[in-house]
Amino acid sequence: MNRRIGAHHIAALVAGFAFLYVPIALLILYSFNASRLVTVWGGFSTRWYGELLQNEQLLSSVWISLRVALLSGAFSAILGTCAAYALVRAGRFRGRTIFSALLYSPMIMPEVIVGLALLLFFVAIGLERGFWTVVIAHTTVGMCFATVVIHARLAEFDRSLEEAAMDLGATPATTFRTVTLPICAPAIVAAFLLAFTISLDDFVLASFTAGTGSTTLPMRIYSQVRLGVSPQINAISTLMIAAVAVMLCVAYFAIGRKGRAPAA
Amino acid sequence: MTGERASPQAEGRSARLISWAPLAWLLLFFALPFVIVLKISFSRQRDGQPPYEPVLDPSGGLSNLIDEARKFSLESYSSLLSDSLYLESYLSSILIAGAATILALLIAYPVAYAMARAPRRWQPLLVILAIAPFWTSFLIRIYAWTMILKDEGLLNHALMSVGIIAAPIQIYATHWAVLIGIVYSYLPFMILPIYNALEKQDRTLIEAALDLGATRLRAFFCVTLPLSLRGVIAGCLLVFIPAVGEFVIPDLLGSSDTLMIGRTLWDEFASARNWPGAAALAVVMLVLLVIPIGYYQRMQSAGDRP
Repeated sequence: MNRRIGAHHIAALVAGFAFLYVPIALLILYSFNASRLVTVWGGFSTRWYGELLQNEQLLSSVWISLRVALLSGAFSAILGTCAAYALVRAGRFRGRTIFSALLYSPMIMPEVIVGLALLLFFVAIGLERGFWTVVIAHTTVGMCFATVVIHARLAEFDRSLEEAAMDLGATPATTFRTVTLPICAPAIVAAFLLAFTISLDDFVLASFTAGTGSTTLPMRIYSQVRLGVSPQINAISTLMIAAVAVMLCVAYFAIGRKGRAPAA
Repeated sequence: MTGERASPQAEGRSARLISWAPLAWLLLFFALPFVIVLKISFSRQRDGQPPYEPVLDPSGGLSNLIDEARKFSLESYSSLLSDSLYLESYLSSILIAGAATILALLIAYPVAYAMARAPRRWQPLLVILAIAPFWTSFLIRIYAWTMILKDEGLLNHALMSVGIIAAPIQIYATHWAVLIGIVYSYLPFMILPIYNALEKQDRTLIEAALDLGATRLRAFFCVTLPLSLRGVIAGCLLVFIPAVGEFVIPDLLGSSDTLMIGRTLWDEFASARNWPGAAALAVVMLVLLVIPIGYYQRMQSAGDRP
């Protein structure tokens, strides 16, 4: 079919993507501004990045956020794999409707409600708020996104590969380990990365569930943003964007390569 | 070796067994907390830790149940009705979220349409470009807009130096800024479902309509648009539902009189330490959102039937 793209289509694409990307580009640009003022371009400078390294509060928050994101990303990937496997393979079972309702709700429900509910729950059972309560909160939301990603992969899975393995004498456990899991691995990695990024980004859930001493990076950024525009925030933002971009590229190539040789 | 081969029943059984881990997690950390929110919304505020009088305390046993039931209080709910602040918050949340949804739809549809009609080899890249902002921090993207919209910000500076305006126009700390923030943050959620619906469409249908004498405009409104309605509805729900409860955007881009329920809830909880009040606000917000959320779930689970 002849697919020539019209001028108005190009205009829509350019305008749409400009709207999405110009603010981010400006943010990055002004992280290199020597002047403290947004409206004055004082020349290129990496001064604000240098100042970041001296901001110990910020650095300790980065460390907390990374640990929370790693743990909740891993838990989300494990629980998401189980949930997706159950949704695809368990057929119709009692509680399936409730199960899928529970899986889709945390993704779409306003964060303030989920945050408040978890906080009141932690207080009611007497669990002191801190590092682990944030991990629990992020896992609860992250596992649902992880399920969706892994579900998509499992649903298009070629079952004859498993049948072949079992015909050749593999036990169900061996088949799962040597056939099912390797084929789903790229999706599980993607699910982990998604849950990891969601955790790293979350402000609302963390501010409900974090205690003293577990202030995450978004909480620190938030309190600084409320005080006004500061080039230091631009610098940390740029670093975060760069980190996510690198991570996504690595994941893209890793998954792309594995995806081409699924049965290897 | 068929003896060792797992039957579909056995596989179903092990899959159901595996489902217990995520199900237990969600019941414990998602469903149970909502029961507690409901319970606390019926309790009275008090000074102390925790700042509410416990109701339905199970420690007293069955004999105490009647006493416990007497402690039930509708105080928080009646104050939601009597204080106009709460009603106004709900109303303006729904209005702002609704306006943002319509605006996002108007921007997203042409973009999604152009994406779906672009050459095949461009499409994976275009999809990645549409998703990528979702991977960058939400907070950072809102911060970028404070930098742009403030009175002494980039937009006013640019407009003034070109000479379009003489004095800064105030956008920051108005409803407009909140609207821009919501549209910007949630735009990818609108673009993708519409793109998915448009991309799947059989283009010969349009050609048939054109062959039969329909104008391009008529073909669009009678064929393309109705067939993409599923994506449009999914996109609208994905923007509207979280936007109603939005807290960060009105707090960072709005003024103190930008009432949105997420923010009112936060103030009630953090500043006023009125936990039963915050719980009641959350319960009512959920009741308002239960229809759109339920509808969205039905649309989703229709797609994953085994």
